[in-house]
Amino acid sequence: MKEEIKEKQKEVEILRIFEENARLSDAEIARMMGIKEDEVKAIIAELESKRIIRKYKAVINYEKAGIEAVQALIDVKVSPERDTGYDSVAERISRFPEVQSVRLVSGEYDLSVLVSGKTMQEVAYFVAGKIAPLEQVRNTLTHFLLKTYKEHGEIYGEEGQGKRLAVTL
Amino acid sequence: MDMMSDRIADRVKQMKGSGIREFFDIAQRMEDAISLGVGEPDFVTPWRIREACIFSLEKGYTSYTSNWGLLELREALADTIYKETGVYYDPEGELLITTGVSEAADLALRAILNPGDEVILHEPSYVSYNPCTVFAGGTTVCVATGVEDEFKVRAEQIEEKITERTKALILSYPNNPTGATLSRKDLEEIADVANEHDLLVISDEVYGKLTYEGTHTCFASLNGMKERTILLNGFSKAYAMTGWRLGYAAGNKEIIEAMMKIHQYIMMCAPITAQMAAIEALRCEDEVERMVNEYNRRRRVTVDGLNSLGLSCFEPKGAFYTFPSIKSTGLTSEEFAKRLLFEEKVVVIPGNVFGACGEGFVRCAYAVSQYELKEALERIERFLTGIK
Repeated sequence: MKEEIKEKQKEVEILRIFEENARLSDAEIARMMGIKEDEVKAIIAELESKRIIRKYKAVINYEKAGIEAVQALIDVKVSPERDTGYDSVAERISRFPEVQSVRLVSGEYDLSVLVSGKTMQEVAYFVAGKIAPLEQVRNTLTHFLLKTYKEHGEIYGEEGQGKRLAVTL
Repeated sequence: MDMMSDRIADRVKQMKGSGIREFFDIAQRMEDAISLGVGEPDFVTPWRIREACIFSLEKGYTSYTSNWGLLELREALADTIYKETGVYYDPEGELLITTGVSEAADLALRAILNPGDEVILHEPSYVSYNPCTVFAGGTTVCVATGVEDEFKVRAEQIEEKITERTKALILSYPNNPTGATLSRKDLEEIADVANEHDLLVISDEVYGKLTYEGTHTCFASLNGMKERTILLNGFSKAYAMTGWRLGYAAGNKEIIEAMMKIHQYIMMCAPITAQMAAIEALRCEDEVERMVNEYNRRRRVTVDGLNSLGLSCFEPKGAFYTFPSIKSTGLTSEEFAKRLLFEEKVVVIPGNVFGACGEGFVRCAYAVSQYELKEALERIERFLTGIK
């Protein structure tokens, strides 16, 4: 039982490390954790095969990159289906590549959908043409994302951190 | 008109300044330098703590507090210390809130030393203990520790230096600059010596929460030690509140009162803003844990990195410093530090700054981002290859 807990702790630690920087090599992670590289490789392989780690992604400041990108959060009100509830319409919406995320939420609306496109018009046309007409969709409300202050735990602005003294005894 | 320097008090004139003040000044101003010479966390004070302070300012808490410190803070502190160490200090009389641990150490020495009293301290040592002892009229007696003991001071070493004028022993573990820690057993042996020779013990445990293996043992929690220990601790390192200037002393009622006597005249009270923030800080153990975990990762990377470069480094179990030996280069500590700074723009602190037995070593802090650590190690590698 103790062994299982230790294993779990190592998994959690690796996940924490990846959340901050997924580009670290197995060797670097092994160093940080004080365990062997082979063990790190094995744990990561296990996490990947179990689909606990779905993907490795970079958090990108598109504005700075000069890449045109517009994102919108669409609130979608849905008539749930008997037996399958919200699942089938959620899955259907998920299939569109323009859709970044689909989540079931509490509150006035049912699904929160994140859509991205090159321009506001593109996104608006997508919602009007592909989401709104779906049979189970009763209503949509589109919020265009205007400015990102923080995303995935990353603050985009310069946090006012005063410079430390280079030498303090 | 006489030279102004003639008007400076003798004991201040005689206090040796840091021999490499110039080196430090250059290091401070150098662009693109990576400094492993820092003595404070790279983390900003957790937002919750800052927010509590800001809120207190908005509500207008800007006046003096009791000399002892806000009662609410002392009570919360007494609770916390009890939970963590099993030692209970009466918030009214046995706890004093000070302006940093620095002030607490100074007060402790000034409160107990008569001219000619001796204070034993282990080296390599934090740079303030000697000056504070001397300014208080005392004499320091140094015990040199070595890397063969992983810089842990042994009870016998202390005992050897005891004379009839020895008043107190200063213990500082986890240690700045070495990162060394003492086990419960090590401390118990020292406690026996303190008991036998009726010494006071000033225990600076400011890095106590930054312990990576085993648990930190509070000296005052050892058998019979509460009465003879002046426990010093603070918020700077564990809560990343270095600039706030907040610490405390805990101990026997009469000693703490004596310290308060001095404190009330020279400081009045610690900043109210810092005290208000500290009350919130004591509720932020999760933040401390987060920082400690991150330091731990970096600790391993640093020790591993230095050893693989041929700079033999024992594994420090506390604080955020490593103390590798640079003897393999054939350079002195100062030469090493200066050349490393000018050739590769990495700042490390020569070990001899912390005592003669620190010669041959340098202090490398790992309170730096992983990214900078990696870069620093690469630059050190280039430097070492260059001097071969």
